[in-house]
Amino acid sequence: MCGIAALQLRNPSLHPQMGALLSSMLCQIVDRGPDSAGLAVYNTPGLVSPGTSTLSLLGKDQGRTTTAITSGLAAMLPADAGATVKVVGDTTLVSAAVGTDLLVKAVSETLPGSTIIGRGEHVAVMKSVGHPMQIAAEHGLEAMAGSQGLSHTRMATESAVTAGGSHPFSVADDLCLVHNGSFSNHATVRRSLKREGVVFDSENDTEVGARYVASRLTQGDTLEEALVNLGNVLDGFYTLVVTTADSMAVVRDPIACKPAIIAETDDYVAMASEYRALAALPGIDNARIFEPEPGKVYTWSL
Amino acid sequence: MVTLTAPEALAPAATPAVLDLADAPVRELNQSLHNAVDGQSWTVTNPEGKHSLAVGINADVSVTVEGHAGYYAAGMHQKGDVTINGNAGVGLAENIMSGTVHVKGDASQSAAATGHGGLVVIDGNAGARCGISMKGVDIVVGGNIGHMSAFMAQAGRLVVCGDAGDALGDSIYEARIYVQGTVASLGADCIEKPLREEHLAELAELLAAAGRPDNPADFKRYGSARNLYHFHVDNSTAY
Repeated sequence: MCGIAALQLRNPSLHPQMGALLSSMLCQIVDRGPDSAGLAVYNTPGLVSPGTSTLSLLGKDQGRTTTAITSGLAAMLPADAGATVKVVGDTTLVSAAVGTDLLVKAVSETLPGSTIIGRGEHVAVMKSVGHPMQIAAEHGLEAMAGSQGLSHTRMATESAVTAGGSHPFSVADDLCLVHNGSFSNHATVRRSLKREGVVFDSENDTEVGARYVASRLTQGDTLEEALVNLGNVLDGFYTLVVTTADSMAVVRDPIACKPAIIAETDDYVAMASEYRALAALPGIDNARIFEPEPGKVYTWSL
Repeated sequence: MVTLTAPEALAPAATPAVLDLADAPVRELNQSLHNAVDGQSWTVTNPEGKHSLAVGINADVSVTVEGHAGYYAAGMHQKGDVTINGNAGVGLAENIMSGTVHVKGDASQSAAATGHGGLVVIDGNAGARCGISMKGVDIVVGGNIGHMSAFMAQAGRLVVCGDAGDALGDSIYEARIYVQGTVASLGADCIEKPLREEHLAELAELLAAAGRPDNPADFKRYGSARNLYHFHVDNSTAY
């Protein structure tokens, strides 16, 4: 199994409750994957800010003090970049008023052993091994505001139980992908992406999906087209949720092996592996609730 | 095969006991139902998508779930009636033996899978693999059903008032399928068959039992071509 909970808030008045709502969804899918978890939150004050790039680094201890990291980054970035380093739970967030590519370069040289698990202007990605609710609590999810959020509880099948193997996989600016299921030909697709110069961080099959989507988006696909193409290239069974700075997409494999349920109201669109994750959302009794059709890509934009 | 009874002909139930799942665990509900005696009735409130509601009922009781049920609701149903005033998750009424299960909303995948008997009514849509490996259960779906429904169906009747997805009745044995709407595609060894008088009568009985107004004459019947009953090497690619 694995559990997915995703929420896009259409009504800005709900933004302050984003973390609380996502947390309530998450606690209902813990049973589906209790070994590790990951979170992605968008436009959360205190974690990201407009005009600033933020990188999420795996682990709270990068082997250097936050002051030393800040100084190291400042030395490599323009004087007005204002680099900051913040530890949130088991994640280190590095921000600066520069493009993500430049920030990635500075972090790679300042912290050569670090793993970047999220990047962009809008998203913060957090992941860890352990009980998902504990992970959510350590990162302070409950109190987070934001425009959309994504969480995943993992039952590892295709690669080891490590924080690096947790979802979401965020491999391009503001792009996140979570997956319930497995890709059977991920090694083949991984090899072909590697031949195109794509670099991988983990042995996880889902990372192949995320790298594939990122590659397609770079080549000009819309999010919907990228996921249609993914269905043509990646074999296996899956329910995927993909988020970008302002969009959310859901797609299931053509046999619809893995569960998914969507609730839509004027205020939000929410997706989860099971209805019980949606049960506590406001106005759920009047929501349009449906299961996504197999092989069909659904997208929503803010 | 179960004798069908129109819902209005059922004996009125006694004042229902209310079990609120906001306060009690599902185990308490199921234990109460397993301890129940014929004629009792229950209302279950605040189900909120919890799994395994009202499973293994073995008395002639009536249970109404006020809200959405999670996975495997009314599984292994032996007797009595379960009504869900909401949607049901994966595996509704799985392996039902007798009695009735009625979902007022939609049902997810594998509804009534392997059911041996009884009647499962879904007023809304059913997801993929509805009635997979059905072995005698009757299923009436008011809306559409997903792909691979009635896969390897061995006995019983599946009535679909809406449309059917791909590969309907793949590798079907002796179950009978009636579809009012369109069929995306038929599975291996499943063919359309003539709708004779006895089928119209059977369909009318099933629709009445489900409380549906549809006209039996608007349906088409599907069943096994019986070409794959015995292995023949010439059919090796058809399985």
